[in-house]
Amino acid sequence: MQEYISKKVGAIEFGLFSPKMITKMAAVKIVTPELYDKEGYPVDGGLMDIRLGVIDPGLRCKTCGGKLKECIGHFGHLELARPVFHIKFVAHILKILKLTCRNCGRLLINEERLKSFLESLKNPSAEKHPELKKQELKEFVAEVKSTKKCPHCQEKQHDIKFEKPSNFYENDKKLTPIEIRSRFEKIPDDDVRALGLNPEVARPEWIILTVLPIPPVTTRPSITLETGERSEDDLTHKLGDIVRINQRLFENINAGAPEVIIEDLWELLQYHVTTFFDNEVTQVPPARHRSGQPLKTLTERIKSKEGRFRHNLAGKRVNYAARTVISPDPKLKFNEVGIPKIVAMELTIPERVTEWNIKYLKKFIEQGPHNYPGANYVLRPDGKKKKITDETREQLLEELQPGFIVERHLMDGDTAIFNRQPSLHRMSIMCHKIKVLPGRSFRLNPNITTPYNADFDGDEMNLHIPQNEESRAEAEILMQVQSHIISPKNGLNIIGCIDDAIVGNYLLTKKLEFDREEAISLLISIGVENSEKLKKFGKKVSGMEVFSALLPSDFDFIGQTKGSTRDEKISVVIKKGNLVSGYIDRSTIGEEKGTLIRALYKEYGEEIGIDILNKIFRLGLEVLLRHGFTTAISDTDLPERTRLSCQSLIEEAGAKVNELIAERKAGKLEAIPGYTEDETLEFKILEILNKARNAVGEAVSSTADENNPSIIMAASGAKGSILNLAQMAACVGQQALRGKRIEKGYKERTLVSFKQKDLSPEARGFIKRGFKQGLSPTEFFFGAMTGRDSLMDTGLRTPKSGYLYRRLANALQDLKVEYDYTVRDANKKIIQFKYGEDSIDISKSEGGKINVKRIVKEVLGE
Amino acid sequence: MQEQKDINIQKHLLIPKHIKLPEDEKQKLLQSFNITLSQLPSIYESDPSIKELNAIQGDVIKIMRQSPTSSESIFYRVVING
Repeated sequence: MQEYISKKVGAIEFGLFSPKMITKMAAVKIVTPELYDKEGYPVDGGLMDIRLGVIDPGLRCKTCGGKLKECIGHFGHLELARPVFHIKFVAHILKILKLTCRNCGRLLINEERLKSFLESLKNPSAEKHPELKKQELKEFVAEVKSTKKCPHCQEKQHDIKFEKPSNFYENDKKLTPIEIRSRFEKIPDDDVRALGLNPEVARPEWIILTVLPIPPVTTRPSITLETGERSEDDLTHKLGDIVRINQRLFENINAGAPEVIIEDLWELLQYHVTTFFDNEVTQVPPARHRSGQPLKTLTERIKSKEGRFRHNLAGKRVNYAARTVISPDPKLKFNEVGIPKIVAMELTIPERVTEWNIKYLKKFIEQGPHNYPGANYVLRPDGKKKKITDETREQLLEELQPGFIVERHLMDGDTAIFNRQPSLHRMSIMCHKIKVLPGRSFRLNPNITTPYNADFDGDEMNLHIPQNEESRAEAEILMQVQSHIISPKNGLNIIGCIDDAIVGNYLLTKKLEFDREEAISLLISIGVENSEKLKKFGKKVSGMEVFSALLPSDFDFIGQTKGSTRDEKISVVIKKGNLVSGYIDRSTIGEEKGTLIRALYKEYGEEIGIDILNKIFRLGLEVLLRHGFTTAISDTDLPERTRLSCQSLIEEAGAKVNELIAERKAGKLEAIPGYTEDETLEFKILEILNKARNAVGEAVSSTADENNPSIIMAASGAKGSILNLAQMAACVGQQALRGKRIEKGYKERTLVSFKQKDLSPEARGFIKRGFKQGLSPTEFFFGAMTGRDSLMDTGLRTPKSGYLYRRLANALQDLKVEYDYTVRDANKKIIQFKYGEDSIDISKSEGGKINVKRIVKEVLGE
Repeated sequence: MQEQKDINIQKHLLIPKHIKLPEDEKQKLLQSFNITLSQLPSIYESDPSIKELNAIQGDVIKIMRQSPTSSESIFYRVVING
């Protein structure tokens, strides 16, 4: 195969600019800090010199002749009156100073020793671990640094001290950049190489600046305000400071000013050059605007979240995207997304005109941009983009021919990519089919909120429209909702039925029975029409039969119901597509554990899988619509008998606790090993109170009516639990802070309404009343304490865990499973010898395991 | 403190089995994964769990761990100085 690469990067070399190089590549020598003359025209030799590039539309570059976007700008240069340090290289300067002789510039080591060390480092036969090499090198460098006498010229070496930000001292005498530069100049090329620099592109003396490259104006464009005033970029301001001080320094040197003044100016120049490179250097006060806000100089442009990398390169903004609030629409299919008409008329899909679709596309142009479905633009083969308006429409229609591209409005069935941040896993961005709807929000089926982790309390989501056939195909093959029903984290279905859909199917399969006509009308209303099973319906049709009508007739399945304190777990059996025993609840069709859904998906694939799931969901809703289902406070009404027994349960527990307290006071309580008597008492009290609450819960659930909607919701797993119900009906229970009963407040008591050292349940946050009955003031206060604590907790934990996750994802991002099943990083270093130690693809397993029994059964055909 | 010297942590229930790989098996291992030594995970020479093996820099240690997912998982680490 021929490779279509005209030029290939062979190597990249990093080096330093030499002063010569800087002057050579400069288009302008900067001589004056002034920017514009009286007419507002850029000054020659100023920082906005027109030879530095163009930033005004219409003008041409003086250097290259290019127009605004053609000319990328040209560097200038500034001769510094005195050399200064480059702040980003001070660490290197210190190192080189310490490693070389102050007199002859040679490395402080004799040649044989150096040679043998370098060779041992490079020697490929004795392969060493990279960590080890680092260690050796460190030791060697330390050895060279500590040499006190130059082995070449016998010169005595002095201690070099470094003081932040950029001061070097030798025996308490300050070293000027000039001195350091002259020392670096003496280092022979071979020694430079040993230092790890390539002397051809990076001589050490080039670290110290004598000539400053002036970045082109295109990197620091000035903004023209509405008033016509010009506002310069931060970099231009900073450069202006540098040029100004540089000029003053020149003048003073030439005038023969006293050394003190020159030194002050030199230091000032050093400060300005330092802040030009980095305005956040420690112990250097940041340069500021007149308003007091720090200038954004070179380093700040690149660094951190708002910097070039994370903001502009990793986080690019795109066209053909939309964002609004989301809201639920249960009438949509799982893989659809409802988009507002105004969005559909703004976003477009390019369609190429051919002989066969020219009539079809002309219709869109006739409609224009303001009628739906219309078109916004026509692209001619010569690359011109024409907007469709009332004036241009007729002409565009006339000249339209094969080869043109029409950008038409979005229509039902188009492909879109839908996303909600934070995109923590691959299900956070999926491909949907568009459904154009009235309104101003994106609509999605409430059952697919889980993968996006969305709710409808004001969440916003993003929509992207792929613009060509390739990207559409890629999205449809890899990203469709139906391809993501099974989560890769545990091999269970992340999409399933929620809320009413579960209740509906639970009622249907457990209790309901219909007349033949009723059953068929129910099924037809959700779009099941040609099922063979409909024909077999008898006069009376059970809910199980109705549910079975959705299943393929060769489907076998064995699962289990959820089970609860009221109902035992029983098996759900489907034989030849008929639900024979059991009933449907959360553990068969719910999300994360819907075994039935997973089985269907495995057997029949994504398309049929999502279709059946969709029908199951709609059936649930339809059943509830016809049957009626509501919940009310009266659900928590208890019969007098139960109410009394609950009360006595709590009273008994209270009495037991008082007994224990009395026992402790008498000193008769025996401590659990490892704990004090008081701690033992606390444990025992907690245990008793928890037991009491559970007993109340059981009492509530066992006496409640089977048709009680709240009980149905809890039993089917759709929403709520028996515990919630018991809290409303009978007893809220113990409030706990940090795993203990409430202790804080006043001296040895929680509230002023109790006596000191009162350990009784009421005084330590036990709420014996239920929500319906109402809480006493003290009980309410205890409830508020735990409520606030948990609110604080979640508020503090979310950002912390988010950052933790970000770091983890960044650390793991280029790990990959190779073809030999090893997990390796980008350097092909082995992390794991077998992926997950068992090389199982979780998304193809059943909860991380392979069900060998089932497979054997299937293969043998039972 | 004196007693600790006699403890062989290799015998501890929670320490997986560590074995020094013979030279020929080591070569075979490197070949089968098509890697050099530096691409293996590393273990310090002074690691308590290989103290008894007298392993030196460049040796490969085979570790057999009990794994909840596969009953036994085999891991290799190269000995480095330190």
